[in-house]
Amino acid sequence: MRAPSSREAAVGEVLLAVEDVSLSFGGVRALSGVSFDIRKGEILAIIGPNGAGKTSMLNVVNGFYQPQSGRITFKGKVRNSMRPYAAAQGGIARTFQNLALFRGMTTLDNILAGRALKMHRGFFWQLIRFGPALREEVEHRHRVEEIIDFLEIAAIRKIPVGRLAYGLQKRVELGRALAMEPDLLLLDEPMAGMNLEEKEDMSRFIIDVNQQYGTTIALIEHDMGVVMDLSDRIVVLDYGRKIADAPPEEVKRDEKVIRAYLGEPQ
Amino acid sequence: MHILYQIFVDPFVQMGAAPDLLVQTLWDGLVAGVLYALIALGFVLIFKASGVFNFAQGIMVVFAALTLVGLHEHGVPAFVALALTVGVMFVLAFGVERLVLRPLVNQSDVILFMATFGITYFLIGMGQLVFGGNPKVMIAKELYLPDGALRFKGLGGFVSLQKIDIAAVIIASIMVAVLAIFFQRTRIGRALRAVADSHQAALSVGISLEQIWVIVWFAAGIVALTTGIMWGARSEVSFALQIIALKALPVLILGGLTSIPGAIVGGLIIGVGEKLGEFYWGPLFGGGIETWLAYVIALGFLVFRPQGLFGEKIIERI
Amino acid sequence: MKAIDRSLDTLPKILIHNAAAIGARPAMRHKDLGIWQTWTWAQMLEEIRAFSVGLAELGLKRGDKFTIVGSNRPRLYWAMCAGQALGAVPVPVYADAVADEMAYVLAHAEVTVAVVEDQEQVDKIIAVSDRLPRLGKVIYDEPRGLKDYVQRRLNSFEDIQSIGRNKLASAPECLKQWEAGVAEGKGSDLSVILYTSGTTGRSKGVMLTYENTIISARNANAFDHLDENEEVIAYLPLAWVGDYVFSYVQAYVAGYCVNCPEAADTVVQDRREIGTTYAFAPPRVYENVLTLTTVRMADAGAIKRKVFDFFIGVAGRWGEKILDGEKVPLTARLLYAIGNLLVYGPLMNQFGLSRVRVAYTAGEAIGPEIFRFWRGVGLNLKQLYGQTEASVYITAQSDGEIHSDTVGKASTDVEIKISDAGEVLFRSPGVFAGYYKDPDKTAEVLTPDGWVHTGDAGFFDPKTNQLKIIDRAKDLGHLKDGTVFAPKYIENKLKFYPNIREAVAVGAGRDFVCAMINIDLTAVGSWAERNNVVYGSYQELAGNPLVYDMIARHIDEVNRSLAEEELMAGAQIRRFLILHKELDPDDGELTRTQKLRRGHIIDRYAPLVEAFYDGSTEAQIATEVTFEDGHKGVLAARVTIRDVKPYPVVRAARLERAA
Repeated sequence: MRAPSSREAAVGEVLLAVEDVSLSFGGVRALSGVSFDIRKGEILAIIGPNGAGKTSMLNVVNGFYQPQSGRITFKGKVRNSMRPYAAAQGGIARTFQNLALFRGMTTLDNILAGRALKMHRGFFWQLIRFGPALREEVEHRHRVEEIIDFLEIAAIRKIPVGRLAYGLQKRVELGRALAMEPDLLLLDEPMAGMNLEEKEDMSRFIIDVNQQYGTTIALIEHDMGVVMDLSDRIVVLDYGRKIADAPPEEVKRDEKVIRAYLGEPQ
Repeated sequence: MHILYQIFVDPFVQMGAAPDLLVQTLWDGLVAGVLYALIALGFVLIFKASGVFNFAQGIMVVFAALTLVGLHEHGVPAFVALALTVGVMFVLAFGVERLVLRPLVNQSDVILFMATFGITYFLIGMGQLVFGGNPKVMIAKELYLPDGALRFKGLGGFVSLQKIDIAAVIIASIMVAVLAIFFQRTRIGRALRAVADSHQAALSVGISLEQIWVIVWFAAGIVALTTGIMWGARSEVSFALQIIALKALPVLILGGLTSIPGAIVGGLIIGVGEKLGEFYWGPLFGGGIETWLAYVIALGFLVFRPQGLFGEKIIERI
Repeated sequence: MKAIDRSLDTLPKILIHNAAAIGARPAMRHKDLGIWQTWTWAQMLEEIRAFSVGLAELGLKRGDKFTIVGSNRPRLYWAMCAGQALGAVPVPVYADAVADEMAYVLAHAEVTVAVVEDQEQVDKIIAVSDRLPRLGKVIYDEPRGLKDYVQRRLNSFEDIQSIGRNKLASAPECLKQWEAGVAEGKGSDLSVILYTSGTTGRSKGVMLTYENTIISARNANAFDHLDENEEVIAYLPLAWVGDYVFSYVQAYVAGYCVNCPEAADTVVQDRREIGTTYAFAPPRVYENVLTLTTVRMADAGAIKRKVFDFFIGVAGRWGEKILDGEKVPLTARLLYAIGNLLVYGPLMNQFGLSRVRVAYTAGEAIGPEIFRFWRGVGLNLKQLYGQTEASVYITAQSDGEIHSDTVGKASTDVEIKISDAGEVLFRSPGVFAGYYKDPDKTAEVLTPDGWVHTGDAGFFDPKTNQLKIIDRAKDLGHLKDGTVFAPKYIENKLKFYPNIREAVAVGAGRDFVCAMINIDLTAVGSWAERNNVVYGSYQELAGNPLVYDMIARHIDEVNRSLAEEELMAGAQIRRFLILHKELDPDDGELTRTQKLRRGHIIDRYAPLVEAFYDGSTEAQIATEVTFEDGHKGVLAARVTIRDVKPYPVVRAARLERAA
């Protein structure tokens, strides 16, 4: 049950824009001249059949791939390509389709790792673990505990992540991304492999993150029900091209999309 | 029949007969083991964090020791030379990251391994050029490292502990402890563990892989320097020292390539095992088993437990 | 032994006393964001007083009703006392109640203020607020998600406390006023209304006075020597009388500390961290823990398993005797000690039971094996029998007199008698004051001279002099041929098997007895894994023929045990089926405390019941189910029915003569 709050007021100006981005690997064209923008405070869904280039798009946004052409504008700064470090520093956090967790570390340590960029105190202070470094450590731990509370994973705090069930691992990865206090959160198939109850929980978390922290979210997702429920806008990719960019209701009716992907009209 | 007795009974009888010799042998083994462990540690550090098997670790030991002694020969006071050598190791680490790792970042492991060969020959050449090819003496006295020995009477005879050995064990232990604290408790240590675990994840939380690599090669450099000083003080500083690195291989196989405690335990096992083997079983083989016993043990492990005692079992989840 | 201070006849009075007498001792703890926060009695008094004055400012006064809804959080417990200090009456409601249930209770009780835990509860109340014209303020504890709510009636707990603190600071006579208000309270005042989740019909509001609960609590504390050093973890529903008495009244009376866990799934860890000394759990919990252990052991290495089995055997033979302080041979003691080191100690530690001196269970029958297991490994597990209408305690087992099939002798100050029809009646200081706004129902249950009809059928076991409960009195039925049919009795025997989670025995007025079974997913799932049985869902597993075979074996054993009992021999199970879905309170099949709603179940599954008695070997059933978020769906299945051969009735001749 969402409280009455104006969606239009919440969604603001453009946070990130990709313009005419093309990406190839050898002879394979992953993306061809894709342009769209992500507005502050919105939940954007990127959908499309398998191989449409969705993950490649996210990889371009957060710097794992460098596009051959096109521009990325993030927070006003125009670039030809992004670097992972710059993306992270700029406030972009991300989860991965196949999970990229530190399997040997506990849930707590994994989420704490997300605070890496926020930790300022120098090397020697850390060794002594005293004074300002200790204060900072406590502050970070506090934030991490809040995230653990938020995601309801207190019971698995000390368990090495490699041992957790898949659904919980996904939650931990989300937690780590949240620990970065991102402005833009990129989620690559956050619901993959989950049952109904887990999907409902995850949806709830995503909505809460967006509403409570005002985090802008871009997610790739295959579950149409989830996509329709959660997103403010949908970008549809097919064979590396954008074929639609509109609110859910319109996308549902768009013929090109239906032909490419959805099958029967809902 | 007699051969069985000689293998399974006689050595233990001898051990019991002269306990002071046993203790002496154990001590010698411990010292050797500690130094092997240090070298192995250098390998583990780099492998854990950057996935590279650093063939140059051995020559780094020599190079560090040479730099220290060489600087001193040129008139630099001992501790200043030490500080400068640390600086040189840092420059080396930085250089390696910039010039070798970064350009080759997406290449396969084998290519990176070959690159470390390149680093090895570069260091050999550099070292010979700058410091000359003659063996040198470690500046142990100038660094206030003790010499002489402690003699204990007892156990039916006496046991002699070289003071330099005692110093080596203590210093190595401190170094390991510091490294352990560093890894577990500091932000950088956490970042190191993260990088060792998953490059992709580390990148996505904004950890700078380049920075981490410099730090790790530098740490390995410090370990190499310490090893160089200790080993050099016990014998001499020459390019022959790099052979020691080869001894680290069985240690790594035993302890697992990714485990710091593994390197330590592995080193101790090999060190003690070697010395005991040589002293009590050596005569059976006409002596000299020290040179190959370690490798035989390692072979056994490769067959039965390839990940070592502490390494991670690679289970492919389908 | 402290002399009993009769002037402390209400809970707020006890609070003030404790804050003065043992003010520095811990009264309550809560694990929040990973760390345990403690409040001493003095601190707790301050918190409660602040909230109380705040509530008074909102207009809460003597005689008003207010509700508490949420999980075990310190502030919710404080709210109870805070309202009671003003002479108001708390009406706690189950946190997992659906909005409809909640609306009924809140409207019936005429609640004017609600103190709830979080957004979920707030949403529920808002959803039904049109049915609650009398409800004014809604106060919440956990602010997350409520930032944007535009509701004038919503306030945070902290806000109300601030109001209270400000008032106390600015007006010195305010404190005197508040204390005077507390002093006005009497033991005979209404202290709480607890709505029982009835197994039939609508919930009834049990009214309990301070006297009811405080005297019962005092007696219970004395019975088990509970003092201010106890540590208890509060994890059972706030709205249940057991939690109200154990985690609130008894805690106040004895002065012990109540620990609130971090979340529902961290209870075991938290219990371990605290080292609780007194435990209560329904039999299901002890059963589940045992199942979990057995399942884990089955997956452990051979050596571990052998060690485990051996020492559990030792525990089974000697454990109880050692616990009861009987004479035991030295070798046995030695073996037991080793077992303690290797097996029992770690096991108890794993589940946080190492320091537990007294562990009670109640609510339903407990399997003898489970009972024996726990007592064997050193847990002082005992049974008690009680009701909301009794302020919990009717009977309890004392140390040294523990049996798995009885529930104990009458508790202190409790009188018990058995009616001619076999129903158990009791009278005690804990007897309730009546059902709120329901004199008719009250008259049905409470006799003019203070005896309460429990609704349970039972008798005093001549061997032990302890009470034995057979079944709900009204469920006690007869087969067509007059044989006694005690469904609960049979169901309990079935549920003793770890594979069987729930069982419903059907047969009143019929020719023979049949059973509907729910399998336990954990136990059967693990069995399936070990035996390479593949399944994709609960329904599939429930329909698997190998699972049917396994259950049939259990039923056969139960039949054998029934055949050996005079009364029950004729009530052996002839046919059974395994239900395609678990019985669920959300579908109205179970009460919130996991008791069967027999009539309702028989109605819902009527097609299956028909199939039982018309000889079909299969039946089609489609049931409407309610999902967690409230929306409904339909679950359909084809269920197999199997026959079971009953054992020959041993004393048939005797029975005939008796009849």
